[in-house]
Amino acid sequence: MRTMFFTQAVDDALAQAMADDPRIVLCGEDTPLLRRELLVRFGPKRVIGTPISESAFLGAGVAAAMTGLRPVVEVYMVDFLGVCMDALLNHAAKVEAFSGGKWTAPVVVRAPCGGGYGDGGQHEQSLWGWLAHIPGLVVLVPSTPADAGGLMLAALRNDGPAIFLEHKLLSETWSDFLGSGGRRTVKYDVPLEGAKGLVPDTWEPLPIGKAILRREGRDLAIVGVGVGVHRAVEARAALEKEGISAGVLDLRTVSPLDKTAICEAVAKTGRLLVVDEDYEGFGLSGELAAVLLEAGISFKYARVCTRTTIPYGRQLEDECLPNTERIRESARKLMRD
Amino acid sequence: MPPDLWSLYALMLKSRLLEVAIAKLWDEGLISGEMHLGTGEEAINAGVVAHLREGDAMALDHRGTAAMMMRGVDPVLIVRELLGRPYGLCGGKGGHMHLFSKEHLAASSGIVGAAGPTAAGFALSAQYLRPGAVAVAFFGEGAMNQGLLLESMNLASAWKLPVLFVCKDDGWSITTPSKDMTGGDLNERARGLGVPAVKADGLDVSAVWEAAGAAIERARAGQGPTFLHARCVHFEGHFLGFQLIRTVRHPLKEMPKISIPLTRSFFRPGGAGLPERLAGLKTVLRATLSIWRDPRRDQANDPVRRARQALRSDDTPLQELEDRVEKEVHDGLSAALEEAAS
Repeated sequence: MRTMFFTQAVDDALAQAMADDPRIVLCGEDTPLLRRELLVRFGPKRVIGTPISESAFLGAGVAAAMTGLRPVVEVYMVDFLGVCMDALLNHAAKVEAFSGGKWTAPVVVRAPCGGGYGDGGQHEQSLWGWLAHIPGLVVLVPSTPADAGGLMLAALRNDGPAIFLEHKLLSETWSDFLGSGGRRTVKYDVPLEGAKGLVPDTWEPLPIGKAILRREGRDLAIVGVGVGVHRAVEARAALEKEGISAGVLDLRTVSPLDKTAICEAVAKTGRLLVVDEDYEGFGLSGELAAVLLEAGISFKYARVCTRTTIPYGRQLEDECLPNTERIRESARKLMRD
Repeated sequence: MPPDLWSLYALMLKSRLLEVAIAKLWDEGLISGEMHLGTGEEAINAGVVAHLREGDAMALDHRGTAAMMMRGVDPVLIVRELLGRPYGLCGGKGGHMHLFSKEHLAASSGIVGAAGPTAAGFALSAQYLRPGAVAVAFFGEGAMNQGLLLESMNLASAWKLPVLFVCKDDGWSITTPSKDMTGGDLNERARGLGVPAVKADGLDVSAVWEAAGAAIERARAGQGPTFLHARCVHFEGHFLGFQLIRTVRHPLKEMPKISIPLTRSFFRPGGAGLPERLAGLKTVLRATLSIWRDPRRDQANDPVRRARQALRSDDTPLQELEDRVEKEVHDGLSAALEEAAS
């Protein structure tokens, strides 16, 4: 086992895959400098910079994937997919269905996501629910370095489009590039367990659509992804002192969902608390309720999500994003009512 | 009519002093996240904004603080906003990339190229509701590769919209040299869409003022859009704490962070042969060395200094103007910070 930071783990898994498979190429805005360690090992033919033309290079990545390459297309932030959504919504996600299952577009889209460092509502969104809404897209949201590397490998082996979301608070490079910029005068609430951790000596792909139970609990199941998992684990420790035993389920994959694990966790406790940094309405939190209702499980339900456009001011932002305080309050209420 | 260099210099100086103060607040950690300053592009902002009047609109990019202030937005409100305060320009909800002032018809966006469609829409409503009014779009040359901006230029051309497209060209698309990622010539590109293109020296406020004035008059007269291309140098690179600039300013601290993992990766087995690896290394070195000197130190790049030199013969009024502007900025900052502390 080795110890790695989050983005270091993703790049290490990517390097392993690139050494094994010459079809894998990386492209994106500033990729040559951002992924410079891969550039000096694999050369400029496989680590390619792009103009600020998301529609063109993402669309091209989808088509290159259809014709034999395994492109990893990186956009600066998931928010910027708004500029080029057509490539995913109407093309990458549709090829397999339109071709009668005969043709696929195995492109990996890598994008930083999430907030907590004061960049405002156009640069801090999560959007995994928005992406998972579209049939045909796999959406991965790792919460630890080990999962990040394993899921990157899984995305590369997947025979279709996969979106790989990298939370900026967990990423040592993004939180420095965008948040602190080399300053020591700012501090963000970075979950240490997610930012740095043990990783295998040789990467193996993790199964897509497989959740992992991070903590056992008798009274309620807290379910989430990304930084939400760490906020839940932190809240759980406080709840324990109040005599509430909460389990924490890390979905790891938003699409496809691990329905079996969700049903098991909630059936056991009869209570579901969703922690979702993505928007509350029409998203992951509602989908989880639907999965359980369809399975005929009766349960009590609460959710802690982002309800509005994420405000820029740090204090306002901390109140808007799911925080441990809100999680604890919701858990107590679930136990009381 | 010749430009009033005194008032243009006052605008530029005020903007410079305000942004230098903002940089300090950012350094102290009072401003969170990214901070894109306009230090180095003051001549372009002032030369264009000085022509605007009531009813004119501005579509700004992620670097719009200076243009907002020059347009007349109270700097106290701007600083409060950057501090994330509830009494800031946007209630602390927008931040510097998302500054909005309905009163001035000025809107910002952190999405590269988004100023294009916004200016086109502002100009469309002007045609109906504010005849003679214009809309200005500010963006960098990196945005010229963004579809939505090029589509907007075509739209403005086809609909004869009163738009001035202002391209502030610093040569960099974040960390990528723009020329490596751009086909053809930007001015030719604009002309190809039927938008007349004019060039002005982006370090010379009088030159920008004259070029912008003619283009805006043209738009007001219903003759359609113009593309104004002006070069500048951003003193802080893409944003504060920009890694390439950090490396130049603190090489001993920053270089090992880059070079050690880079060297390790260069020699790792598996991957490309030596020529490809060397080509990769060359790309990294070229980008790193292209900012081999701190842009702040090269005074020839400084549009504020250049305007000042033209006024230097008039020593007394210059001193008075500078004292006045300095006091204004100082008082504004004190007011914003006092409120933040209470």
